[in-house]
Amino acid sequence: MTRPTVLVLLDSPESAVTEVRSPVLELLTIARSLGRVDVVTLGAPSVEVLATLGAYGAQAVHQATLPTTLPPQAHHVTAVLASVLVAAVRRTDADVLLVPSSFAGKEAAAVAAARLGAGFVADASGVAWSEEGAPLRVAKRVFAGTWDTVSTVATDPAVVSVRANSVAATPADAPTHPEVEALPVIVAAPAVTVVTREVKQRTAGRPPLEEAAVVVAGGRGTGGDFGPVEDLADALGAAVGATRDAAFEGWFDSYIGQTGVTVAPRVYIGAGVSGAPHHRGGMQASQVVVAVNNDPEAPIFEISDFAVVGDLAHVLPQAAAAIRAHKAQA
Amino acid sequence: MRIVVLLKYVPDISSDRRFAEGRIVRDPAEGSLNELDENAVEAALRLVEAAPDAETSHVVAVTVAPETADIVLRKAFQMGVHRGIRVSDDALAGSDYFGTTAALAAAVRRLGEEEPVDLVVTGMAALDGLGSVVPALLADELGWPQLTLATSVALDGSTLTITRESDDVVETLSAPLPAVLSVSDAANSPRYPNFKLIMAARTKPVETWDAADLELDPADVGAAGARTATVEAAARPPRPETELVVDKGEGGTALADFLIRNDLV
Ligand SMILES: Cc1cc2nc3c(=O)[nH]c(=O)nc-3n(C[C@H](O)[C@H](O)[C@H](O)COP(=O)(O)OP(=O)(O)OC[C@H]3O[C@@H](n4cnc5c(N)ncnc54)[C@H](O)[C@@H]3O)c2cc1C
Repeated sequence: MTRPTVLVLLDSPESAVTEVRSPVLELLTIARSLGRVDVVTLGAPSVEVLATLGAYGAQAVHQATLPTTLPPQAHHVTAVLASVLVAAVRRTDADVLLVPSSFAGKEAAAVAAARLGAGFVADASGVAWSEEGAPLRVAKRVFAGTWDTVSTVATDPAVVSVRANSVAATPADAPTHPEVEALPVIVAAPAVTVVTREVKQRTAGRPPLEEAAVVVAGGRGTGGDFGPVEDLADALGAAVGATRDAAFEGWFDSYIGQTGVTVAPRVYIGAGVSGAPHHRGGMQASQVVVAVNNDPEAPIFEISDFAVVGDLAHVLPQAAAAIRAHKAQA
Repeated sequence: MRIVVLLKYVPDISSDRRFAEGRIVRDPAEGSLNELDENAVEAALRLVEAAPDAETSHVVAVTVAPETADIVLRKAFQMGVHRGIRVSDDALAGSDYFGTTAALAAAVRRLGEEEPVDLVVTGMAALDGLGSVVPALLADELGWPQLTLATSVALDGSTLTITRESDDVVETLSAPLPAVLSVSDAANSPRYPNFKLIMAARTKPVETWDAADLELDPADVGAAGARTATVEAAARPPRPETELVVDKGEGGTALADFLIRNDLV
């Protein structure tokens, strides 16, 4: 194979692309290890975004131009995003298409793969060529992070969605200066009507849950007071998450688990979380698991590296203070 | 109104799940109905119960699985599903997302030839693979609109409207029937089986179809049609023994020390 081309989806929930989120930086890092890097996007990238893409070695940015008859809300509908991906793969003759493993990313990638006759792996944790060149080898962590698998993709192109925190994002040795090229995409109006669409505001100063390197999660054991959880998260620069039970109580908005957000950070700290299988499914692949629970029999202790048997209302603020003191010294 | 609900037989979430020869081991004693598919059954039943033609409306459950998976259809019968079909064929073993979608789409088409299908309902994910892409693939294959990951569902005439919250977007979407709907566990609470239905479910027949019945090309499905192959699978080493500290006033400091000592701060 001549030098392969890898296409990366720069996704954004907004119509203008004003930031490159860390999962995309990770995709660019993986893509560089595989070949030439091209980027596809729906919205116009800002000057800063272009500079970041250059720093990560992107050679060209393909910005979809969709029919003006299509309302902007409809641009994010799976069938439309899939058409954009297909057009970009054809235009760049890409050998690999990488998208972030969000729900929207996975659906569009899968549909694009179907239309391209390409193989698709969802939720990969690593991507590399086999030693002999093709085929592509895709690593994946399954069964709540208890098994590691490797799949090969027999098709060219290969389509892969990659989980956040799979690799450390690193800039290229030599920056590039990618230009934006228009990518005309012909699509029929989708059969789905977007009645309302609202992009949730991210909490200022805190990383988003699915991207964070450190996560502090609160469960029913908080009794509804997430103060100690947020305090420790702020001391660590961590994201905050919840269990489904805590979220359904209305104590916090996003939850971790099989039907919630999947996280695989460097450190997960569960406070007042029992460690039910559904929750584990979304966090067990975390590199280091820490638990604080007042019940010495809590199942989460079985999968913890470090655990404190105690009242989170006391343990978390003390830990937060100690971490702040340590940071102040450093 | 006629609804097809798709069911998956998955290894039990608390069982020791494993691989052998690149495939998930499906031990009959350990498998069960994918929990989220109970939400799909519930959504389907509520829609037919509320339909103006409720008397003649019905729900058909379809599963692509080996014979051992009949327990998932029995469970659906206990909840009130009217008819159950298992698509089983050695040619289907080892199917990837596309082979699975081809088989499901063929089953929906065949049902549609008998009598029109208004809606296909699925759970938002299967708790074994957690891919969450089959509903979208199925909609694209059938050429129907997709309304996925629904946290609430409302039908007005032949327009289906859902709300959903995924990634960081909150949306209301609507589409005309026929459509493909996937529901999350927030969409409803699955009903408990009632005694009469439990008794009836024991003897209710399970229809079986094979690849030939669905006119599936063996080259498109199963391991033969798979575009990806699992070439390695290994259980991860168990975590080292937990370092357990009982808080006697210094638990928080010990936690901070652990993080600092391991360079995690
Ligand atoms: C189909 C389905 C899907 C699901 N999906 C998810 C999912 O995606 N994510 C998810 O999280 N759950 C999910 N669940 C729910 C899951 O099964 C559990 O019910 C839930 O995770 C339990 O939440 P919890 O740990 O907060 O509560 P509990 O299980 O009630 O645990 C609370 C813990 O807090 C401890 N505690 C109490 N007080 C204190 C204190 N002062 N200090 C320290 N510890 C204290 C207790 O000892 C206990 O261990 C799902 C369930 C179903 C049926």
